[in-house]
Amino acid sequence: MPRSNTAYEIGTPWLYEGYELVVGLEVHTELKTRSKLFCSCANEFGNIPNTNVCPVCLGLPGTLPVLNKTVVELAIKIGLALNCEVRKSTFHRKNYFYPDLPKGYQISQYDLPINSDGYLDLPSGHRVGIVRAHIEEDTGKITHMGLSGRMDKSAYSLIDYNRAGVPLTEIVSAPDIHSPDQAREYVVELRGVLMALGVSDGRMEEGSLRVDANVSVRPMGSSELRTRCEIKNLNSLRSLVRAIDYEGKRHVKLYMRDDAPIQETRHWDEARQRTDSLRSKEEANDYRYFLEPDLKALAPTEGFIRGIESQIVDTPKLKRAFLNESLAGEEMSDQVEKAIDLELYPYVKHAIEVGVSPRLAIARTANELAATISDAPYLSIERFVEVLRLEEDKEISPSQAKVLLNAVTKRDESVSDIISALDLKKADDGETRSVVETVVAQSPSEWARFLEGQDQLMGFFVGKVMKLTGGKADGSVVKDTLLQLRQRDS
Amino acid sequence: MEVNPLDLDAYSLSGAVLSKEISVSEVVRSVIAQVELREPSISAFLHFDPEALLEKASVLDEKVLRGETVGRLVGVPVAVKDNMVTSDMPTTAASKILEGWRPPYDATVVELIKDAGGLVVGKTNLDEFAMGSSTENSAYKVTRNPHDLSKVPGGSSGGSAAAVAARMSILALGSDTGGSIRQPASLCGVVGVKPTYGYVSRYGLIAFASSLDQIGPIARTVKDAALLLEVIGERDPKDSTSILGERPKLVEREAFGVESLRIGIVSELVDNCSTEVRDRVFMAARLLEERGAKVDTVSAKAVTLGLSAYYVIAPAEASSNLSRYDGVRFGLRKDGSSLTDMFFSTRTEGFGDEVKRRIMLGTYALSSGYYDQYYGKALATRGLIRRQFNEVYKDFDLLLGPTSPTTAFAIGEKSNDPMAMYMNDICTIPSNLAGHPAVSIPFGLADNGLPIGVQLLGPDMSEPLLFQAAFELERLAKENLEDARA
Ligand SMILES: [Zn+2]
Repeated sequence: MPRSNTAYEIGTPWLYEGYELVVGLEVHTELKTRSKLFCSCANEFGNIPNTNVCPVCLGLPGTLPVLNKTVVELAIKIGLALNCEVRKSTFHRKNYFYPDLPKGYQISQYDLPINSDGYLDLPSGHRVGIVRAHIEEDTGKITHMGLSGRMDKSAYSLIDYNRAGVPLTEIVSAPDIHSPDQAREYVVELRGVLMALGVSDGRMEEGSLRVDANVSVRPMGSSELRTRCEIKNLNSLRSLVRAIDYEGKRHVKLYMRDDAPIQETRHWDEARQRTDSLRSKEEANDYRYFLEPDLKALAPTEGFIRGIESQIVDTPKLKRAFLNESLAGEEMSDQVEKAIDLELYPYVKHAIEVGVSPRLAIARTANELAATISDAPYLSIERFVEVLRLEEDKEISPSQAKVLLNAVTKRDESVSDIISALDLKKADDGETRSVVETVVAQSPSEWARFLEGQDQLMGFFVGKVMKLTGGKADGSVVKDTLLQLRQRDS
Repeated sequence: MEVNPLDLDAYSLSGAVLSKEISVSEVVRSVIAQVELREPSISAFLHFDPEALLEKASVLDEKVLRGETVGRLVGVPVAVKDNMVTSDMPTTAASKILEGWRPPYDATVVELIKDAGGLVVGKTNLDEFAMGSSTENSAYKVTRNPHDLSKVPGGSSGGSAAAVAARMSILALGSDTGGSIRQPASLCGVVGVKPTYGYVSRYGLIAFASSLDQIGPIARTVKDAALLLEVIGERDPKDSTSILGERPKLVEREAFGVESLRIGIVSELVDNCSTEVRDRVFMAARLLEERGAKVDTVSAKAVTLGLSAYYVIAPAEASSNLSRYDGVRFGLRKDGSSLTDMFFSTRTEGFGDEVKRRIMLGTYALSSGYYDQYYGKALATRGLIRRQFNEVYKDFDLLLGPTSPTTAFAIGEKSNDPMAMYMNDICTIPSNLAGHPAVSIPFGLADNGLPIGVQLLGPDMSEPLLFQAAFELERLAKENLEDARA
């Protein structure tokens, strides 16, 4: 049998012994609402256990669910952003026993989800189908006490019901993903959409965004769908990539020895970097879905849906389109990808809207602003634009602009005070010309070679001028002056 | 002459309390005296606390003295079936699995009664989780029929019906999933109303079968039942199935009469009854006709399928509703060596046989591979019944029939024969499946001295018409028959 333990390399297509990957992802996202899905308890992370609870979300006898309207709005937002059909839907009960599930059933959506049949276009151009994006409630959180961390070996377990009844949207993709990298790209793009919509904070590590992967393989070029395994416990993009790669190869190896995987749920073991069987299809719960009699069907009107649609402005796709249109054909795709970041985008967008050159705005956003934004207490959109304008009007040089931008984010002073304090006023052209002349006079042998046509010496002179002016000279003025002097001296 | 407050109807009693002719404390002392007299032989209550009652009474008396606004039920005793949660009394649903549980909140109906100045006198016995037709399935006690202590009071609201019939309370609340208000009301000779589904809030009603459950009043008179339904019939934002909009006035229907009302007798409902019960239904029809109603017989074949559909749908919903009793958060917990063990032991010990039977039935009916065959078919049948009823209601305003096929049966007589027990609900189940309202009115006694009830059925939100006709039937019974009250 083939032995290959080489790790999958990001950015490459996945092909293993003539097999290709077929992956569908199920992404659960907690929705950012003030209250829970069916009661008025606070939907907050990190509070003292069992403080955000009430008879309803504890599933006490006699209680009934009342649907939170904001959840419906957010779910529809997600559906519209994912190009789904939004339609009349119903709630079902998914029945199973577990201590973190207060009612003994989860209220979810089954055959009629609120959103269905959409797609998500990835930056690479690949389109992934969205089968459905439905509403359901989260469970509580159980912690098994004892060494193993597993229920059957633990002395006791603690349950926190703060999370019970928190609204979730489950987004199920079609099996359109064919490499670990594509899976990663899909999750990153989807997370971008959810964060841009303001419906999720997208934190995988804290569990507010959870991903399960349905993995199978098939001979390259075939269109069949073979037995899939569902991989759980993917807490980071890294584990997502590695788990899919591992699982795909596991399937191929089974087929290579005339064996086959069985349909089951598997657990990604981060420490051992492998998947293990959690339960097989035979052991799987029969969820006994049936229509939730305590809730009415959800039938949003066309007007309600259009109202929500009008609120959607900034999905990654729309942001990308805006920046590329502003650039009018100029290619800056790497920097555009960086600039559409949730935090950065408002800066670049505003700068372009008030007339700053898109090229400059995108470059400063993707490079300088991206590097400093995580620690920028004094950054504001106005200050950012002020710096860009100074650079555009050649009041300061590009290198000065970079220094100034960094200072502006960290110093509680006006931009003009910072310029004075750092002495960042650009040298005027006459001043620059005299410095250039001084430098030329000081380096006769280099100048002679430059006159002979050794253009690489340009950098030598520019560097000297910059040094003498403390970076205040404008590089393009220096170059122009040098070229004029060469014409004069030749 | 000393008036016993318990001989008054709720209307007169609250009036007497308001005009300070009677104090609430006097009312409560009468209740306590009556309970001391009758309860030992009847066993209607699961919770009754005389001292707490006297305290509540004195609080109400002070309010009345200070002239504070008190509601329409001021000083009126209301017994509450023990599947409605109360923050100041334990709530068990007559199950061991909830023994000692103190709910942290009041059911909406309990809140409404308290707001109206009513006095929740205690919690009444029922078949465990309201599953039964005789109140024999209670994990705590067997309630006896005040008319004949060897007979069942009916069920599942047997405690409430018996308490009202024995004058231990003036009003009571029951819940009706397949007849659980109307059948015990009929067997105990009192009035019982199952309102339109969504008319009364289910918030705080311990669910048996959510799409069928409905709370309603049990009273000695039609007027008292109307009064109580006016108090509890409110739109409730805590119950998503609560009907939007205003509930109509009911008490004012007392003098409307039945002139030109079109009343149908469903032949399929009368067919399965004892001769005596059937004869009484036809007598009621004849008397209504004399008062100007237009009576005719009508066939609605689908109602014969009601029982089979019901015994799939109700257990299916119950199997899910009862999953929360797992020993984790409240009620009984039997520890085990593992989680599954704890679930098993808790539920094995906590649930009675009938509850287990229905959980198993329901789980089976919803299982993959069986869903279409059972649950799916039952839902289709339910739709058929509702459609056929609505078809009939094009020609009739109301329908008339028996409430229970027979008068009260002996304790123990049917407890080992589930099918025979289920047959008791054959006349009442169709209304629950259709979501329609229905009323049971006492209509004299049988030869054995036990009460017979007749039932009026109507389409969605037909409560005003139903009460209009119920008032007439009550008058007709009084004029033509022996008093059916115990
Ligand atoms: Zn809550």
